[in-house]
Amino acid sequence: MARVLFFGKLASLAGRQELQAPLPPGETTVAGLIDLITKDDAELGAALKEASVRVIINEQMDDNAVITDDDEVAFLPPVSGG
Amino acid sequence: MIRVSEDMIDPGEVLAAFESSATNAGAVVSFLGRVRSQAGETEVRSLFLQHYPGVTEKYIANVEAETRRRWTIDDILIIHRVGELKPGEAIVFVCVSAAHRREAFEAADFLMDYLKTEALFWKKEITQAGETWIEPREQDYMDAARWNQLSKDR
Repeated sequence: MARVLFFGKLASLAGRQELQAPLPPGETTVAGLIDLITKDDAELGAALKEASVRVIINEQMDDNAVITDDDEVAFLPPVSGG
Repeated sequence: MIRVSEDMIDPGEVLAAFESSATNAGAVVSFLGRVRSQAGETEVRSLFLQHYPGVTEKYIANVEAETRRRWTIDDILIIHRVGELKPGEAIVFVCVSAAHRREAFEAADFLMDYLKTEALFWKKEITQAGETWIEPREQDYMDAARWNQLSKDR
């Protein structure tokens, strides 16, 4: 299982802030994980794949990482602090 | 020091404490960001701010370290609110102390540009018309890009 976190408008779209994703055998990429968790939600799938969305895996920014069990994968839309 | 919390910010009290501990600094600069009461023509009822607990703070700490590499700074304090905020309340308070004013001004400006465009916060504006997640304005990105140019020039 990987722990998936959504923030900002992505959490609103997903209707929740986090979910547990069971990983299939073999290598799971970020794109593969998105397909896995959004197979019934094309709108969320498209939103997660937008170029402006950043991905942090285990607190590191890395879009190319392979996701394994117990990883924490956070999807971040454009930020707006201050 | 970095603090991300739902607690209200009392800028007077925080600045007084920061200033009294900055015994050797010739300059103390502070910036206070507040919730606007208007979004264009629309009245803002409240803001909701979200962060990535633990990770937001860690990334801000990296930028604090970068700030200390670029300028000779005595002390830095960054306080950022999360949760529900009402118009007029403080969202962000940044204090910088340094030997001279230029360093303190520039460091505070740099930190604020980072907090507006890079730091892991998400802000939702709640008005009569509904709720909207806010994204940085083009001007915010241009402000932040100045520092890349500045480091090339140096």
